[in-house]
Amino acid sequence: MNAKVQLENLNVHFGKAHAVKGASMEFPENSVTAIIGPSGCGKSTVLRSINRMHDLTPGAQVTGKIVLDGRDIYEKGCDPVAIRRRIGMVFQKPNPFPAMSIYDNVIAGYKLNGRVKRAEADEIVESSLRRVALWDEVKDRLKSAATNLSGGQQQRLCIARTVAVKPEVILMDEPCSALDPIATLKIEELIEELKEQYTVIIVTHNMQQAARVSDTTAFFYLGELVEYGDTKKLFTNPEQKQTEDYITGRFG
Amino acid sequence: MKGLILRHLKNHGMTLLMCLATLTVLLPLGLVFAYIVKMGFSSVNADFFTKIPPPPGEAGGGMANGMVGSALLIFCASALGIPVGVFGAVYLSEYGGSRISTVIRFAADVLSGVPSIITGLVAYTLLVVPMKGFSALAGAFALSLIMIPIVLRTTEEQLKLVPNSLREASLALGVPLWRTTLKVTLRSALMGVTTGVLLAIARIAGETAPLLFTALGNQFWSHKLTEPIAAMPLQIFNFAISPYDDWHRLAWAGALVLVVMMFTLSLAARSFGARKKHS
Repeated sequence: MNAKVQLENLNVHFGKAHAVKGASMEFPENSVTAIIGPSGCGKSTVLRSINRMHDLTPGAQVTGKIVLDGRDIYEKGCDPVAIRRRIGMVFQKPNPFPAMSIYDNVIAGYKLNGRVKRAEADEIVESSLRRVALWDEVKDRLKSAATNLSGGQQQRLCIARTVAVKPEVILMDEPCSALDPIATLKIEELIEELKEQYTVIIVTHNMQQAARVSDTTAFFYLGELVEYGDTKKLFTNPEQKQTEDYITGRFG
Repeated sequence: MKGLILRHLKNHGMTLLMCLATLTVLLPLGLVFAYIVKMGFSSVNADFFTKIPPPPGEAGGGMANGMVGSALLIFCASALGIPVGVFGAVYLSEYGGSRISTVIRFAADVLSGVPSIITGLVAYTLLVVPMKGFSALAGAFALSLIMIPIVLRTTEEQLKLVPNSLREASLALGVPLWRTTLKVTLRSALMGVTTGVLLAIARIAGETAPLLFTALGNQFWSHKLTEPIAAMPLQIFNFAISPYDDWHRLAWAGALVLVVMMFTLSLAARSFGARKKHS
């Protein structure tokens, strides 16, 4: 499988703290890659450097390369805004725009960037909501506030909002950690479907979740990439002792 | 059992003390307002809102020119002060590096502590002297100097209350930072910013000292920005220290109208703030 995103000796510093230490790995196209590891191991940091979200964190410094389709996204003249349009992101806590309706939330990526034709918008909203299996639940109240939805629905709405701008890669930062088991199950089913069209990279605390949804898994510990490879192999027959200790629950 | 009674006594004693303290705060306000109503109410009539002040010794007349003048001054001061304050706050909260932000914040705090008569002198030196004459423009400039730090600090506080997750949500959709700031961050803080602006307007509406040697005051109609202009607080000041009873009556009426105006503005600001909490 083609590598959609590659890390080449990625280092991230926050001031003096060295958060990610020389990680090199590949994220295959049209598949789900999970990043696991204990809190503070740098997994969210890796995720946030992939769509250049860290540009906005004061003191954050990224060195090394992140290659998207053969081009380093940190090279000079590469517009972070354009990168974020190609690499969408879903956050830990559902964060729909509270002042906007369900409809406006889905179309936000277009509206915030300018105008969009009514008919076109209708179509994007419906297809995006169908994509995340939310359409039937909300089609009769598209104009009501997004904050009236349940947590799981809000998170699916946020995924719909991300899908609406037609990204190539979707980053998910512990998308289910604020959700109940049933909502989590729905998101996991959704991730499974999303990989047909997108490259999904998911950070999760939950090892069972990583085992369930991902094709490839990367294990980070204290900022270092310890091991990465086929999910089944990593969970049943890890190469590193540290990985084994972590997935068997001996620490973390 | 004895201990319990003692505790009840202490409790009631403290409650009483707090009620008294509250009353002490409210009483002066009530007294001032009641006295202004008593002295001014009889002189507030249609003439007051439509006519200019009479020559000394004549009865009747009003403060229409002062009201229009004040409105014009406030409008111009707002046109100058609100953009500077709001954009400054956006810079501090969304873009600023830590060093320069600290300096700007400190400067704003000092500026808001400067006695308003000094602000008037600054406007006098910067505008009145080079333009060789008192003007509405100089008055508006002085008022805007008072407005800027108030708008700046309240707006900054409101922008900081906007959760970061909203900015990130917008940025992650590929929306540039400036659009995110304008359409998400500022939009979310709009109610709070409006409250701050209204409070700033209420504050400058009653300022007298900065106008003394800038707008100067005017007995007649004027709406030219380059000429001296009448303003309600100035008229109240001038009439109150004059020896004529008719002018005293006008001053009381003016004071009443000004106080009611500021009450209304403050209440409007409050209701904006309250609405924000509910939504």
